[in-house]
Amino acid sequence: MKGGDSRERKNGPFPRAEGAETPLSREEGDDQADAGASASGTAPAVGAPAKAPRGISRRGLLGLAGAGVAGLGIGIAADRGVQALAAAGAPAAGSTVYPFYQDHQAGIVTPAQDRLHFAAFDLTPGASRADLVSLLQDWTTAAAALTAGHDIGRYGAVDGPYDAPPEDTGEAFGLPPAGLTITVGFGPTLFATSAGEDRFGLASARPDALVDLPHFPGDQLDAARSGGDLCVQACADDPQVAVHAIRNLSRIAFGRAAIRWSQLGFGRTSSTSTSQATPRNLFGFKDGTANIKAEQPAVVDDQVWVGSGDGPAWLTGGSYLVARRIRMTIETWDRTALREQETVFGRTKGEGAPLSGGTEFTEPDFAGTGKDGAPLIDPASHVRLAHPAQNKGVQMLRRGYNFVDGNDDLGRLEAGLFFISYQRRPSQFTTVQLALARHDAMNEYVRHVGSALFAVPPGAARGSYLGAALFA
Amino acid sequence: MQPRILPLAGSVTLGLVSLLALTGCVPNASAPGAAHAALTVDSSATACTVSGAEAPAGNVTFTVSNSGDQVTEFYLLGDDQLRIVGEAENIGPGLSRTLVVDLSAGSYFTACKPGMTGAGIGQAPFTVTPASAADAATNAPGDAELSARIDTANANYASYVKDQIGQLVTGTAAFAAAYTAGDDDTARGLYAATRAHWERVETVAESFGDLDPKLDLREADLEEGQDWTGWHAIEKDLWPTEAEAGFAAYPAAERARLAGLLVTDTATLNEKVQPLTFTLSQQTNGAIGLLDEVASGKVTGEEEVWSHTDLWDFQANVDGARVLYAGVRDVLVQKDAALAATLDTRFTALQSLLDAQRVGDGFVLYTDLSTGTVKGLADQVNALAEPLGRLTAALVL
Repeated sequence: MKGGDSRERKNGPFPRAEGAETPLSREEGDDQADAGASASGTAPAVGAPAKAPRGISRRGLLGLAGAGVAGLGIGIAADRGVQALAAAGAPAAGSTVYPFYQDHQAGIVTPAQDRLHFAAFDLTPGASRADLVSLLQDWTTAAAALTAGHDIGRYGAVDGPYDAPPEDTGEAFGLPPAGLTITVGFGPTLFATSAGEDRFGLASARPDALVDLPHFPGDQLDAARSGGDLCVQACADDPQVAVHAIRNLSRIAFGRAAIRWSQLGFGRTSSTSTSQATPRNLFGFKDGTANIKAEQPAVVDDQVWVGSGDGPAWLTGGSYLVARRIRMTIETWDRTALREQETVFGRTKGEGAPLSGGTEFTEPDFAGTGKDGAPLIDPASHVRLAHPAQNKGVQMLRRGYNFVDGNDDLGRLEAGLFFISYQRRPSQFTTVQLALARHDAMNEYVRHVGSALFAVPPGAARGSYLGAALFA
Repeated sequence: MQPRILPLAGSVTLGLVSLLALTGCVPNASAPGAAHAALTVDSSATACTVSGAEAPAGNVTFTVSNSGDQVTEFYLLGDDQLRIVGEAENIGPGLSRTLVVDLSAGSYFTACKPGMTGAGIGQAPFTVTPASAADAATNAPGDAELSARIDTANANYASYVKDQIGQLVTGTAAFAAAYTAGDDDTARGLYAATRAHWERVETVAESFGDLDPKLDLREADLEEGQDWTGWHAIEKDLWPTEAEAGFAAYPAAERARLAGLLVTDTATLNEKVQPLTFTLSQQTNGAIGLLDEVASGKVTGEEEVWSHTDLWDFQANVDGARVLYAGVRDVLVQKDAALAATLDTRFTALQSLLDAQRVGDGFVLYTDLSTGTVKGLADQVNALAEPLGRLTAALVL
């Protein structure tokens, strides 16, 4: 390790020097990353002179200025997208860009992307409040760049000093933005450790509801897959783009925070927009048909966003994120008769219609009876127990993903659902999960092995950073 | 909707091919050699329209769509218009369900029953023609003979369940007495052997929703604040060295309470199983259920986390599955001899793996098994459970 490099990274590992390069990008309104950079403080990077790259910077081709409407990035997206377009000779799939600086963090009501890389971080022992703040500032800067399809840092993946490691790890070089969103949350231990230690002077700012979830019947939680001081949810339509984001954010965190656990996900298991078809989980059933959708603003306000009186002001406009790693014993499920599979869900496997009749979006009729007066939808079925009508009107915005992490020692696929939900209060999840854990016919085929709760602050304003109000 | 195709031995005849073309329902081509007829049924408020009135012998698929506004049923009746050969019930409005039946040549009737009551509507004759001489020969078990064998199997299994629960009552009394008296060595010696009677009929024993948690709940299954009783609460107290640091042995009064509840709840279970009767599909599903218990709890060592006597439970689940299989095997040999041969082989193979772990009257503790041995057992459980999952369809079709 050479002296100068590592020392200077501490304050801002991949700063974007103000005005040192890419004049084109500024003229064209590429102010996202710049605004973030000014918040993070700027230290000279890697001891190299601040000189513009040869020719036109890749970033110089960018035009996206945080367009206010999601999904309108096509054609003016990132340099990576331009390159992909040129290479493919066709409109680039994945050129969607979601603006980073918004009232609410992206990645919640954003139409669920196809891929996930989720990571929980613990602050390094001895890390200070200033370390935490600088980490959030640096993450904000990097997240704004990454979601716009930029490399991170001043020089990116390939244009930096020849004798220095590249600032950006490079595996997303040439890839479009792929609808990447990065969503950051704060775990209960950030405010006080399990031993009650207030490491960052935040104990008085902890919302009352931000405590570990209760033990639910059947939970077999692995501490190594649970909890965390911070979390980062990276979602994209390209797995490599999502992984690139977590990898670089993790690299930025070294010395201040380190990954506690992480999870890759594929095949979103929920729709968060009416424009999306309902996907299937690894049981082969449509999942999340009755999910909260972005097109229901009143429901989103009522059920997803923390309101101004709900708790500490810093979380207003934020949300609570519940993550549960749910292992499915798919080998056992697969030899279950179709009759039982449909009974467990309360829906048909093909169409996804409730067993009381109709089509997928027909409201289930839990009172409907069939032969011998037996209910058409089993009282222990998943659709009934999770339904708002059975849970005092409680809903959650679900945003889970399938996972298959190789196999276990017994040769069974290490498969399941990485459940993610966003809600205004953690009790929304607890209410439903308690009903499911007690009675759900599906419990025979699932096992909850990881659990975490995070408070997700509202979006960052330009020039500020994620969670700034917590430190005000 | 793509009907799932069950493999059927038999040659594709020209008549069958043209029938498939007529119905417009294309079978999945991935099952080579499979041949079957596929028909659609439209059950409306006023009609029961079947897309054809004839099919060759063998597997016949009826995809029943409910276009009415009431829950409906579709029936395939025998030539006496009474005997139910196959039925698809509880089809909600707008839904479709597939009925696959294995039919021998003869006269049948189709009918729908919107609203699930009354005489039904649209009853119409349906003819099954001989597919080939060979098929006619294999599909010829006498209905009366089959029916008698099924009745015998059902009655025998009810007796088996009562016998096992009876032995559980006796064994539990001895176990509870030793535990209450503080004779831990005797109690530990009786623990796994007594539980075996529960595990042999576990799918029946656990079907009483209120009793199962009282008797067999594991600590991880507890809800916060829930009273923990039953076998595993006692297990933890009998193997305290396996419990978490700081675990305190139960006082005598708690021992007496837990033992007393174990005895009375088991007595209640005994009362509840007395009037039980079983159908063929309950038995076959019970067999697969027992293997699932092995796959999800025993082979992973999650059932007996303190005593580590998981292999005793494993053996008892397999015993129970084998009894269920043996009871219906004669019927299966008539209907699908190849499946019977596979199941025979795989039951034997699994038993030899278990026998290799025997020590005295019992087994090696789960914690002393190597990863390779556990994987070998798990693989063989899958090897048996996968064809066992086809048993219900093979017998009930």
